[in-house]
Amino acid sequence: MVHYFIGNLGHFFVILSFVASLVAFIAYWRGGKDASWVRFANVTFVVHTVAVIGIVATLYFIIRNHYFEYHYAWSHSSKLLPWYYQISAFWEGQEGSFLLWMFWNVLIGVVLIRTNRDWRPSIMAVLSLTQLFLTSMILGVVIFGLKIGSSPFMLLRDVIDAPIFRTSPEFIPEDGSGLNPLLQNYWMVIHPPTLFLGFATTVVPFAFAIAGLLRGKLKEWIRPALPWAQFSALILGVGILMGAYWAYETLNFGGYWNWDPVENAIYVPWLVMVAAMHTMIVHKNNGSALKLSLILVISTFLLILYSTFLTRSGVLGESSVHSFTDLGLSGQLLIYLMVFVIGSIFLMARVWKKIPTSADEVSPYTREFWIFLGAATLCLMAFQVILPTSIPVWNRIVEFFGGTSNMAPPGDQVNFYSKIQLYMAVVLAILSGTGQFFWWQKISPKELRSKLTAPITFSLVISAIIFVTWGMYKWQYILLLTASVYSVVSNVFILLSLAKSNLRLSGGAIAHIGIAMMLIGILFSSGYSKILSVNYTGIAWNHEFPDEVNQNNLLLFQNEPRQMGDYSMVYRGMRKLTKEAGFVDANDLAPTVLPNEMIVQRASGSLNQGDTVRLINAENSYFEVHYTSENGKTFTLYPRVQINDEMDMIVYSPDIQRYWHSDIYTHVRTFPDPEAETTWSEMDTVSVAEGESFFVNDYVAHFRGIEPLTELSGVKLEEGDFALKAIIDIEGEYRTYRAEPIFIIQGLQAGRVMDQVNDLAAQITILSIDPEQRRFIFGVRGTQKDWIIMEAVQMPLINILWIGTFLLVIGLSVAISRRYREFKLMRDKAME
Amino acid sequence: MKTTHIIGILVIAVAIVLIITTAGDASQYLTFTQAKNQAAAGSKAEVHVVGQLKKNAMGEVVGVVPSPDMLSFKFVMVDEDGKEEVVYHANPMPTDFMKSEQVVIIGGFKNDKFVADKILLKCPSKYQEETIEA
Repeated sequence: MVHYFIGNLGHFFVILSFVASLVAFIAYWRGGKDASWVRFANVTFVVHTVAVIGIVATLYFIIRNHYFEYHYAWSHSSKLLPWYYQISAFWEGQEGSFLLWMFWNVLIGVVLIRTNRDWRPSIMAVLSLTQLFLTSMILGVVIFGLKIGSSPFMLLRDVIDAPIFRTSPEFIPEDGSGLNPLLQNYWMVIHPPTLFLGFATTVVPFAFAIAGLLRGKLKEWIRPALPWAQFSALILGVGILMGAYWAYETLNFGGYWNWDPVENAIYVPWLVMVAAMHTMIVHKNNGSALKLSLILVISTFLLILYSTFLTRSGVLGESSVHSFTDLGLSGQLLIYLMVFVIGSIFLMARVWKKIPTSADEVSPYTREFWIFLGAATLCLMAFQVILPTSIPVWNRIVEFFGGTSNMAPPGDQVNFYSKIQLYMAVVLAILSGTGQFFWWQKISPKELRSKLTAPITFSLVISAIIFVTWGMYKWQYILLLTASVYSVVSNVFILLSLAKSNLRLSGGAIAHIGIAMMLIGILFSSGYSKILSVNYTGIAWNHEFPDEVNQNNLLLFQNEPRQMGDYSMVYRGMRKLTKEAGFVDANDLAPTVLPNEMIVQRASGSLNQGDTVRLINAENSYFEVHYTSENGKTFTLYPRVQINDEMDMIVYSPDIQRYWHSDIYTHVRTFPDPEAETTWSEMDTVSVAEGESFFVNDYVAHFRGIEPLTELSGVKLEEGDFALKAIIDIEGEYRTYRAEPIFIIQGLQAGRVMDQVNDLAAQITILSIDPEQRRFIFGVRGTQKDWIIMEAVQMPLINILWIGTFLLVIGLSVAISRRYREFKLMRDKAME
Repeated sequence: MKTTHIIGILVIAVAIVLIITTAGDASQYLTFTQAKNQAAAGSKAEVHVVGQLKKNAMGEVVGVVPSPDMLSFKFVMVDEDGKEEVVYHANPMPTDFMKSEQVVIIGGFKNDKFVADKILLKCPSKYQEETIEA
């Protein structure tokens, strides 16, 4: 039965939230100082909030209860999906991710209503306007043939034109088509909400800036906006790093950052937000940098809208892993972007002349000077990234005006971006190490020199030790290392002096130590990552290649060890991950009618023959790879492949061995197609008596004896029929396998059931029996052994990157609490 | 002149340098013929070529040859002008390679042979082919 009510309820909430945000916007706008308007507006915003939460709850209810008559549930979820991935199914589609954004926005709105008095109407007007646009994205109504938004509550039959719906419109599919395997990762449960919270928070400093422009409070907006800007920088940063970590653990490109357009689209606003946060601090200290702060805060939000446009309009095409399907909303997104761009420019231009500027000369002996330079560097970093990322947009613009442009993004993206970002990072590290020494006011050159002597000496000595022991020869890397170490050392000095006085001010120092450690972690893990599986032998070159090319992959046949660098690697076969006994040999399991249950064929470990095991994820298979290092240490990795028949997708994911000093990252690139037919060799025949040995595919086999059978696969033999099995033990590299081919005589007919040992790529059949000589004639066939092609990469000191991230989070949190206290103190004195 | 002005001029100068390097490092979408001419003229720049795998009359992909060790492969691609070229790639064949409806290769001609450093595939989207059956 089609559940119509729930979908109608969802539609109702969507329309209610849209209308409520419109009314709230008008009411806040008109409200100003009029308390009754503002009260009315607050009520409307609460209605809007309830409606948005209603949409979220309704959509989740549909997914949770497998109402596959709804397109959203059908295309993003399935019955077997565990509940936590049903949450990720919620935001897999564009509609759901817009909803997530709206959801954070309403929560932020409620917080803003509660924490602000004087600013409330104007900032809430801006927030309501963004909500109006976001709600329109999921409105799903058609006015005069124009589609506005795409509703998540569409019935399947209204989206997909399948013949079945013509004959039976009430038809409901048995199961959904499931969640994209790439998103079936725990980070996908937590990373999108974090990132969208980051997106959502950028509207707050923007709203304060716009409110300041509107109300002519050109300076006062900074104080309440600052803690939000810091919070936004924190959440965006964490969101970006979670994405990087997800890519590292799940995607197969062999790292955590790929300069993918979608990564860039969020990295850029983050850099600008960090720059804005710094210029706002400058303004609070000495009253300058107001214009710059305004521009940067507004740009951040506009860049968020631009990145939304880039990733959801289909402009980027296939150049990104995060491909949202194009829902035909690009026009609407463009209008959204343009309204805010033009509106902001207009509001700024109107009062530009009145914005106070400071007449003071910026001296290099003030903190502000160094922060200025830092902000400028951050903006240039952002500029360098956004420029090539926008090439597809540029091509479209040229085409729109009738021209042709065949510009393509740089071929080697990683190298293109990294080489320039590296120099900028050096500058940032030096600035962040030095700027912190200028406390409140100017200090004299002499004082500065005496303060800097110790940190510079220490950091030079430490860096020298590191690059000599490590063997670092690339001067760019030496530069980055020295600058980063300097930043860590000098900020530790500052932290120590603050520990004696006022720890509440230590946020900056801690955050800067974090950033510098992240730079060091990136330098080592990316700059000195070492491909263990690189092919030095030269034998395996494909002779047809015109040049020498690096072959970074390794072909491993099952149970045949290969020495690669410091490690010997061996592929031990395919495994399934069970709830009962962890990894189990896939050859020992047989399928049942249920996709996520299998029956044990051969006892091993705690499992007995005939037991039923439940698979944690039926689509996943794992490749067991043993590593043995030169000093005899061993470990096992399980890179996996996920085969999703419904979506016709094959997805590989790496496995990582973590040490404190380095990670060993292994991923499989390809393995034999499980659906391809096996080609067997010509059959060899051998004549063997009980107790004798023979060769099977080059392995020693022992014919242990025979056993008469009374039944065949559960069916009792008839009178006069006769069956027996031969028991053959074959010695493999790591264990002994048992093969039991069967021979049957039914009336005058002879039947044969061969047995196969997958690990040894061998088949044995009883061809005939010579009763007088008591000899058996076996037919033996072999094939190619199971294999994988994999890449193994060592990434040194990657943990410094993650530790640095934690310090950044702690530092920013300390800074936020300090700035929020300042804001609260002033607000409670009615000096908002 | 104020220090801020000097910083401003510096920032603008660096920005201009960045625009120039980006324009210089940006790749281009070319056809095989254009790419070959460029390489013949001594350019080592990486280019993008858009095309499809070569198919026979039955619609089957032809000309894909993995190396004996399976670690690399070559294939025949037809560019948008209909020109065929053998393309070499030093990695195992990507999943879904044979199913792709469009291929973008990034690389260039070396000694008259096109070596692709990167292959981007456009596969039939699940939203296009899909239909529902009882």
